[in-house]
Amino acid sequence: VGKGDGEALVRRRESWRGLAYAGPALGWTALFFLLPLGVIAVWSLYRREGTKLVTDWSLANYERFFGDAALLSALPKSLWIAAQTTVVSVLVAYPVAYVLAVKVPARWQRLALVLAVLPFWTSYVVRSYSWLLVLAPDGIVNGALLRLGLVSEPLKLSFTSGATVLGFVHFFMMLCTLTIFASLVRLDPRLKLAAADLGASRWQTFWRVTWPLSLPGVAAGAFLTFVIAIGDYVTPQILGGNMEMLLPQAIMFQMGRRGDIPMAAALSLVLMAVITVAYLVASRRVRVTP
Amino acid sequence: VTGRSRTLDIVVAALVLGLAYVFIYLPVASLVLFSFHEGKIPLPPFRGPTLDWYGRVLANGKLVAATGNSALVGAGSAIIATALGFLAAYGFARHRVRGARGLELVLILPLTVSYLIIGIGLLVTFSAVGLPKSLLAVAIGHVVINLPLAFAICRAAMGEREARLERAARDLGASEWQVFRRITIPLTAPALAASLALCFTLSWDEFVIAFLNSSFDVTLPVVIWSMLRTGLNPETNAAGTLVFLVSLTAVVIFELAQRRRSA
Repeated sequence: VGKGDGEALVRRRESWRGLAYAGPALGWTALFFLLPLGVIAVWSLYRREGTKLVTDWSLANYERFFGDAALLSALPKSLWIAAQTTVVSVLVAYPVAYVLAVKVPARWQRLALVLAVLPFWTSYVVRSYSWLLVLAPDGIVNGALLRLGLVSEPLKLSFTSGATVLGFVHFFMMLCTLTIFASLVRLDPRLKLAAADLGASRWQTFWRVTWPLSLPGVAAGAFLTFVIAIGDYVTPQILGGNMEMLLPQAIMFQMGRRGDIPMAAALSLVLMAVITVAYLVASRRVRVTP
Repeated sequence: VTGRSRTLDIVVAALVLGLAYVFIYLPVASLVLFSFHEGKIPLPPFRGPTLDWYGRVLANGKLVAATGNSALVGAGSAIIATALGFLAAYGFARHRVRGARGLELVLILPLTVSYLIIGIGLLVTFSAVGLPKSLLAVAIGHVVINLPLAFAICRAAMGEREARLERAARDLGASEWQVFRRITIPLTAPALAASLALCFTLSWDEFVIAFLNSSFDVTLPVVIWSMLRTGLNPETNAAGTLVFLVSLTAVVIFELAQRRRSA
């Protein structure tokens, strides 16, 4: 046995030992995450005819989805709601993250940040319900609008797509605040001093130095917002009412009311495809590494 | 920078932060305030306070049972996810594993997939192998969503500084098990606490996977979901407030654990 062989053996043994520690976690992920995804992919090729399940593979569900305008409309609606949510969340979160990272004294920074994202960790069912209270015809917002004389009759605020976006923005602005804060707080303050020394105005300093350097945080927040929002069933179901079905609602409808698991599986794969495209777009900007 | 523009700066900053806090806490405040409302509909004007609705919640057998179920699933899935995540992080941090990058990516992957799809996948798979809808099925699903976070948190706590201390202990004659028990675990204890708290919260609040994979015994978000069908109701406010308080406690524990780690 040569010296090289011995080294290779040691290295292989080392690799196996590490794998033994990671084994349970990898096994769990393979068994209860990767395998179910494979099962969904296979089921999406089955189809239901009447009450019968046909298990020879075909693309019938996908053909039905892309051929049926009523079903297909869930896709652009979902994309539109998720896009609105992403843009507004970033726009709302940026100034908050900026103030937290740059203006708040160091002593209070951590507390101010924790306070700004605390409700992020509360139940999303409860959070959506809470917005129903605020947006109800006799709720706080309508009460304020009436008292200020801005409207003469209460507005219909809940059970609209606007309510869905509002509920989403409430949740995702906290997420974006976290990611944008993380990239702003790492910024070297000397860069701004240097820009000022070189004669840049405050606006120039912001647009030429601060903003480009905070883009990774913006992109990470925007990516997470988009993919989580487009896959969420709860918020549109509680706040948006049943008027317009988004993709997750269409999936649950096929699962529950219609009992058409193959169609629900096909729609799930469409949703995953959308998320993958979003990832490919975002990964040009941010490297998502563990 | 002149004095006046500095004052303006502070005013704008305070305004931004103030408005943000109002927006963030408006629904939470409405939820909590009207859980003490004396009346059947939790809308202004506020009357009270009364603890009647909390009495109703505590007398609601379904809610109480679901609270126990949620605590059980939350604790179980948090412990399993943290244990698996910790071991995996140790394996990748302390050993050169071939293809480590790809394998670590696989562990993080569930973060990018919608809970709805994870829930449906488990439901279809479990029914194919004959495992009935149950709290066990829900807990398995919650370990799937918690594992990436547990792994990431533990991985971040196993840097070069910790590795050096482990090597030092080994040089001083400690056995592999002694190093693990006396050095690695105490050093990563804050991360383990943070992971447990975070995983518990996520499981405690999770709805879709629990909704799809449970039948008779359900978790708290599933019961609250069914309460929503009756519209706005102070009892739902009271139950929601209690759910919120538990999450809050877990997050405070997480935050304190994180602080100890950075200290």
